[in-house]
Amino acid sequence: MPTFVYMTRCDGCGHCVDICPSDIMHIDKTTRRAYNIEPNMCWECYACVKACPHNAIDVRGYADFAPLGHSVRVIRDEEKGVIAWRIKSRNGETDMNLLAPITTKPWGKHIPRLADAAAPTKEQRDSQLLFNEPRYIRMDEGDIHTLKSNKLTMKAGVYY
Amino acid sequence: MPKTIVEDKIDVLVVGAGLGGTGAAFEARYWGQDKKIVIAEKANIDRSGAVAQGLYAINCYMGTRFGENNPEDHVRYARMDLMGMVREDLLFDMARHVDSTVHQFEEWGLPIMRDPKSGTYLREGRWQIMIHGESYKPIVAEAAKKSADKVFNRICVTHLLMDDAKENRVAGAVGFNVRTGDYHVFKSKSVIVGAGGASNIFKPRSVGEGAGRVWYAPWSSGSAYGLMIDAGAKMTQMENRIVLARFKDGYGPVGAYFLHLKTYTQNCNGEEYESKWFPELTKMVGKEYLDTEGQHLSHKPIPTCLRNHAFLCEVNAGRGPIHMVTMEAFQDPHLEEIGWHNFLGMTVGQAVLWAATDVNPKYENPELTTSEPYVMGSHATGCGAWCSGPEDISPDEYFWGYNRMTTVEGLFGAGDAVGGTPHAFSSGSFTEGRLAAKAACKYIDDGKAEGIRVSEEQIENRKAEIFKPMEHYRLYRNEITAGSVNPNYINPRQGLDRLQKLMDEYAGGVTVNYMTNDKLLQIGLKKLAILEEDLDKVAAEDIHELLRAWELKHRHRTSESVVQHTLFRKETRWPGYYYRGDAMKLDDENWHVLTVSRRDPETGEYTMEKAPLYHLVDDKE
Ligand SMILES: Cc1cc2nc3c(=O)[nH]c(=O)nc-3n(C[C@H](O)[C@H](O)[C@H](O)COP(=O)(O)OP(=O)(O)OC[C@H]3O[C@@H](n4cnc5c(N)ncnc54)[C@H](O)[C@@H]3O)c2cc1C
Ligand code: SF4
Ligand code: SF4
Repeated sequence: MPTFVYMTRCDGCGHCVDICPSDIMHIDKTTRRAYNIEPNMCWECYACVKACPHNAIDVRGYADFAPLGHSVRVIRDEEKGVIAWRIKSRNGETDMNLLAPITTKPWGKHIPRLADAAAPTKEQRDSQLLFNEPRYIRMDEGDIHTLKSNKLTMKAGVYY
Repeated sequence: MPKTIVEDKIDVLVVGAGLGGTGAAFEARYWGQDKKIVIAEKANIDRSGAVAQGLYAINCYMGTRFGENNPEDHVRYARMDLMGMVREDLLFDMARHVDSTVHQFEEWGLPIMRDPKSGTYLREGRWQIMIHGESYKPIVAEAAKKSADKVFNRICVTHLLMDDAKENRVAGAVGFNVRTGDYHVFKSKSVIVGAGGASNIFKPRSVGEGAGRVWYAPWSSGSAYGLMIDAGAKMTQMENRIVLARFKDGYGPVGAYFLHLKTYTQNCNGEEYESKWFPELTKMVGKEYLDTEGQHLSHKPIPTCLRNHAFLCEVNAGRGPIHMVTMEAFQDPHLEEIGWHNFLGMTVGQAVLWAATDVNPKYENPELTTSEPYVMGSHATGCGAWCSGPEDISPDEYFWGYNRMTTVEGLFGAGDAVGGTPHAFSSGSFTEGRLAAKAACKYIDDGKAEGIRVSEEQIENRKAEIFKPMEHYRLYRNEITAGSVNPNYINPRQGLDRLQKLMDEYAGGVTVNYMTNDKLLQIGLKKLAILEEDLDKVAAEDIHELLRAWELKHRHRTSESVVQHTLFRKETRWPGYYYRGDAMKLDDENWHVLTVSRRDPETGEYTMEKAPLYHLVDDKE
């Protein structure tokens, strides 16, 4: 389902170019608008569709197996933290609106800045623990699992 | 000539920031608060890698907090699914840390669904929890950005830099900017490779416009393997490619369908077909691996490859297509919604395809298919670098100083890059990145990276090599009037087509029913060697094609390793993923081992060895 761009909606802002993981949304030098330069390397991941401020990008099913006449549209609202989809089938019998949350918190606010965290002690460095562990493993005071704590050994050979 | 931009005095360089790389960059800051942490990524970390479009489930979560599973339970499960061939030290280590990763994701804002009654995370299956993960990647990217000193987006890393003072020690990486065409040099004391697995190595089933609708992302270019193999790192289990049973053409996920919606499969006559193939199959693989009665009692799941095998046999017997029975589950409007959300959350293309073909799973049972093979190390398969495990778990053969360090000093891996660790998935890959980051900081603090020297010669040689495809194009383009047919070069697409065709036909792709043998593999190797000569003459018209040229070179190197490994393992360990026609049985007597290879960077010669397989067993056994 490679992407295409509506001529009248695109203003050449380049957001899609900036985000496409496949590097296939490019700005055409003559029209100064975006287009998909390599449809057979498009994953229809919708990253560009979600990023376009003018809803100028849409998707048309891969010519070799998807008939014309369907539509899957999306609006992603970062502020509200939701994504809204609308699926319409070719024969019009399926017409669905689906809504999902994309985050439960304001963007980036609850991710710690580890440069400012209390520095790890030597014991922590010499242990097997990662940042915030062991507490974050079980959310209680329990320690991490080891072979010893779980009464296990590593043995070479065929065992099941 | 392109500009050269040097980034010097880096402590931890993260190459490729998908799930593994973002985990590495995030955690490195804690253990290296004074260190310089830099990311080099070929796309934009906000939407890069296999999770670019999001995920609807986290497939690796123990739930020890809720008293659900212990790490060793997961190890046993992954071991069973992979027919025994896993690195149990690495798996146990990943599993004992993975919950702390997931709990942090929730705190950062990732919406994880909960069971309203029990308050636990909503389980899709024993190991999977359900999420609204459209923004999974932007969220973890945010964490990486908070920790890294610099993020270089749109840098395709082509090679690792090696220390000119000490043999077999890494010294950074080089690549080019996909927008500006500048040459980038990163001098670093340690490197964590998180450059992901490989799609598009075997010919995909869809070859026209739909060639991009591969199961793993089309931008998964095998770079993790290409980079590490070229640096001389040992690899393991590269023969262990995976074939996926998925919804036809769109490759939409089936996990939630099987596990949560309780849908199941049937042949074209509406019959259950799996169990009738199992008695024959048991003769091939042995009762240890497929004991349907015993398995029923012990609740051991049937290995995924064996279920694929039954699928293939049934289709070959003329009773295809195999259908997913959705008509029952989809009568419940709540489950119907989940079915669609599952696609929108991670494989939108399947929703588009059903809309285009008027498939309504409420009224018809959609078709399934088996995909072309993929080479990766974090999903249900374990290709990747041979890495050291943690000191408190690993036996001597698996331990050489630093957790997740490859056999090249200072070179670490995470996610698909690390071999022998299937079933890590997104959460486990992020966790492996964290583990590698802590170990990389320790490696530096222990003084192991002192005295690194990178000669100007190495830097200049790589530069000439990287931009050669553009030079080649300039030189020979005007010899012809127009078009893409030239006696002096091939373009990256032409090269990719050739690679896919030969891998498909000689190394066990879809058109040959996943079948290969010694003779075929030998021919494959010859053709790969000649392709390599032609790749020296690959031409790039612009910087975008230069990106494709280097992706192709990484895919080619990955393929070579796959063929070498497949040739080495003289048995059919995973029927349903591939078959060695000349050794159709599983052979525990000779092959209950991990395969390890090294390609000599000077000569290109491969050395293959068997490494012992250690299993976790209860003390009492
Ligand atoms: C369709 C699909 C469904 C999945 N479903 C689930 C699921 O439900 N639950 C789950 O937990 N997991 C799931 N996974 C698996 C999960 O996505 C992977 O296990 C995980 O992303 C692997 O992490 P990684 O860091 O190794 O690779 P990736 O996340 O792919 O990251 C690789 C990174 O390296 C970059 N890169 C590549 N080459 C270069 C280069 N040459 N130079 C610089 N950078 C480079 C890429 O751009 C990318 O950013 C799914 C994957 C797919 C494709
Ligand atoms: S993001 Fe939208 S408006 Fe901007 S260049 Fe792309 S298609 Fe055009
Ligand atoms: S859908 Fe994805 S791969 Fe296709 S053009 Fe848009 S961002 Fe690129």
